[in-house]
Amino acid sequence: MTSTTRLLWAKNALLAAVCLIAVGSLAFGLLPADRKERPRSFSPGRLTRADFGAVVQQIDDQFADRWKTAGLQAAARADDLTIARRLSLGLTGTIPSLEEIRELENTPAGQRMEWWVSHLLEDRRYADFVAERLARAFVGVDDGAFLVYRRRRFVTWLSDRLFENDLRYDQLVRKLIAGEGLWTDSPQVNFLTVALDQNNKNQPDPIRLGGRTVRAFLGMRIDCLQCHDEFRLDGATGFPGPDGEEREGTQRDFHRLAAYFGQASSSLRGMREDPDREYRYKYLYEDEEEQVEPAPPYLPELASQQKSRRAELASWVTHPQNKPFARATVNRIWAILVGRPLHEPIDNIPLHGSSQPGLELLTDDFIAHGFDLRRLIRLIAATRVYQIDSRADFEVTPAHEAAYAVFPLTRLRPEQAAGAVIQASSLTTIDAASHIVSQLIMNGETNDFVQRYGDMGEDEFTDRGGTIPQRLLMMNGKLVRERTHENLLQAATQISALAPDDDAAVETAFLSVLTRLPTAEETALFAGQLKGQRKKARNAQLEDLYWVLINSTEFCWNH
Amino acid sequence: MNTLPDSSCGGREHLSRRTFLQAGGLAGGLSLTPVAEALSRAAEKQPSGAPARSVIVLWLQGGPSQLDTFDPKPGSPIGGEVKDRSTAVKGIQLAAGFEQLADQMQHVSLIRSLISKEGDHERATYNMKTGYRPDPTLIHPSIGAVVCHQLTDQLEIPRHVSILPNTWAARGGYLGDQYDAFKIGDPRGPVPDVRPQVSDKRFAQRIQNLDLLEKSFARGRLRNLDEQKTLHQLSTQRAVTMMSSDQLVAFDIQQEPLTEQQAFGDSAMGRSCLAAARLIEAGVRCVEVTFGNWDSHINNAQFQAEKVAVLDPAFAALIRRLKERRLLDSTLVLCGGEFGRTPQINPAGGRDHWPHGFSMALAGGGVAGGRVIGETSPDPETERDQRGSDVVQPHPVADVHATVFHCLGINFEQELQTPIGRPMAIAQGKVIEGLL
Repeated sequence: MTSTTRLLWAKNALLAAVCLIAVGSLAFGLLPADRKERPRSFSPGRLTRADFGAVVQQIDDQFADRWKTAGLQAAARADDLTIARRLSLGLTGTIPSLEEIRELENTPAGQRMEWWVSHLLEDRRYADFVAERLARAFVGVDDGAFLVYRRRRFVTWLSDRLFENDLRYDQLVRKLIAGEGLWTDSPQVNFLTVALDQNNKNQPDPIRLGGRTVRAFLGMRIDCLQCHDEFRLDGATGFPGPDGEEREGTQRDFHRLAAYFGQASSSLRGMREDPDREYRYKYLYEDEEEQVEPAPPYLPELASQQKSRRAELASWVTHPQNKPFARATVNRIWAILVGRPLHEPIDNIPLHGSSQPGLELLTDDFIAHGFDLRRLIRLIAATRVYQIDSRADFEVTPAHEAAYAVFPLTRLRPEQAAGAVIQASSLTTIDAASHIVSQLIMNGETNDFVQRYGDMGEDEFTDRGGTIPQRLLMMNGKLVRERTHENLLQAATQISALAPDDDAAVETAFLSVLTRLPTAEETALFAGQLKGQRKKARNAQLEDLYWVLINSTEFCWNH
Repeated sequence: MNTLPDSSCGGREHLSRRTFLQAGGLAGGLSLTPVAEALSRAAEKQPSGAPARSVIVLWLQGGPSQLDTFDPKPGSPIGGEVKDRSTAVKGIQLAAGFEQLADQMQHVSLIRSLISKEGDHERATYNMKTGYRPDPTLIHPSIGAVVCHQLTDQLEIPRHVSILPNTWAARGGYLGDQYDAFKIGDPRGPVPDVRPQVSDKRFAQRIQNLDLLEKSFARGRLRNLDEQKTLHQLSTQRAVTMMSSDQLVAFDIQQEPLTEQQAFGDSAMGRSCLAAARLIEAGVRCVEVTFGNWDSHINNAQFQAEKVAVLDPAFAALIRRLKERRLLDSTLVLCGGEFGRTPQINPAGGRDHWPHGFSMALAGGGVAGGRVIGETSPDPETERDQRGSDVVQPHPVADVHATVFHCLGINFEQELQTPIGRPMAIAQGKVIEGLL
């Protein structure tokens, strides 16, 4: 058998497998389903518990005060499905499936969001999606050193940690900064090997690692100090001096921090600490290179002796009293969930905190509850601002969006757009439990699409509008075509064949693609176009409806 | 729009409708598309000495060896196996292999003294394409993005195009994704995603139905939601316009006579250069053509010679064509990579990365031909702290950017606002006056 025929044979086998899965789950997709297993962490009374509900209330109050001061009216709460879509996009990078929507509908009204968040947080897709978002901050998106950097492994390792029930985020970060071993066996060390310097015997570059550590974990940009003194970075405040007064940052602040990575050493045995190595640097206006002793740029009293320099740095960075660490994490998780950081830019938060409502409260809670990411996510999801509508019955202005008096619109990231197209084309949920074939297809399609759509890289939480290549890709590209074209495996064709009437077909398509019911006007238009259509013509009409929904602003944006 | 007319840039033989038509006839009967008509008409109004209007970047990814291309030193301790050859300009030698480019040397100038601090492909590519060193807090725009941001056009196809891009294609950076280069593959194939998947009738119905969705989404939101925020409908409209535009033919090199296709060489690079010329003729502002795999850590001499053999006809035919069509004065062509290669030859017969004195070729767009800027030593310093110290008339990479924008009449010293309100000069360098 030639490799081509083998491939063909394999493709056919895969197709048959997918058919079986799809047909088997079809009826259950279109019709309201029996309740699936209830999420383990589902706790309907959570919001009434003092240790949770009170924090949410305080955050809500801070935002309400802000609106009052600014003279802004706030929108009402969005409906459950809209909030469910936000959460799904933020936590899994895709939209709810029709199957999930049916399950949600079967949950008592007051418990739906608790049920939904619990459901998502126990789903492997959550760990995978958030791991990728965090990896962008930790190691970027670009290829690092050949062979000794394995980004995929790093992301999988992160995902495995995020999926653990009792994950402490501070411990995870300590493993990154202080990790030792081979980049294959100890994937966390890829945090270090991404910064191997080819111009310096393939050793880790303390300058890159120092800059990365401060931005990713402390939400501060002190990279400019690398080359010169002066620390007035876009509103960030200075460091406290010995007398407690603020002072400007100096070049030494940066390099003393970088020096913590000065003994990190890479060899065939992997990353380890080499006590014989020292970090040396020639400061501006100095004639000689000098040995730089490590020291933190602020709160030196939190530094403590550990088994290695990197362990010392890890311990200082994640110290509960080093608030910038928790604050930066809160800000990033907020950005992942909402699509926009609470304090902008995401990694330039003043040392002594931000005036953004909610940030300090969430930060304190995160520290007090053992750096528990899931709790942080639940808190954010439960706030009024997270659940607020993105539209209002008063005139909405950019000021309303800026102050979260309406939910801010953000463009879907490429993976979200691909994930949403793929999920919309299946009535059942495509998750970790889905057949491996569906997942393989999904990953291949996603990678190709993301490349064409334009990966946003590390800088994925900045405000951007749509582009022509994106529109061309969505209108005429392969993914949308294959996912909507007449095919019994695809939702559009299934709806065409199985919906009891035209109105139900339109309603099912809207729920599957836009996670909402159609308006009367929309039903009238699309059901009218379906009326009397049979077989192929009807399938084509459903394909057209899917295309229209997928190409709308509503689909392409988080709202 | 910022145009600073400068007599030192722009052409003496400026474009006129008549000469454009003649050139079209001469070069094998290219019929004028409506846009070329418009362009030639616009050119009629352009004053003599007007700034250049477009840029082509021939991007040699991987780090071409200066010693095997634009700065050969045969017979010197560092020269390696390369031979040189004389050119149409007395005193300027190119590496042997640039047989056709040598004949165009009166239109081409060389900078042999570029220096940078970036020896890693990715960082150096960023540095070269943007004029700035990588900054973790900001992404700077590439040349084409700045040009499109600063100059306006009425064009139905994208104004910034990248042919055969790798992962580091020219991008809009802080100017926004809408300034990213539009990416296409080998021009042998069709432009991706510009043909509707259904009949025109069905497509029109889809677009019409979309309207209802858009109206319903806009309700209760920002006034001017699309213009102010999403740019979704605007991009859709532009995409639809592009899909049905006659100007798409500019991408199609099959429209060219076979002899013209052959002149550029039977290679993806040749086809890309031909497509680049056609796009510039149609009014595109900036075309980037990527020609990769110059990273010759082993067997440098053979590696580089093979690349030169492909580059030579493509580059030379491009210059020839632009000249014939009176577009060379308004089109600045750059040819170079992210750094050069070491003077020393390593044990594998390769040369490694060398940002301490490397070369770039420039032509047209107000750059005088037949000049050489700077000089590298035949026995350069290789000690870590001394590298690059013996380069004569050294120019940091940013000087290339300053020169390019100067030729295009763009005030490069002006500061643009980044999204977080940080003012950032378009380019930091100084104009290389010797090129003008």
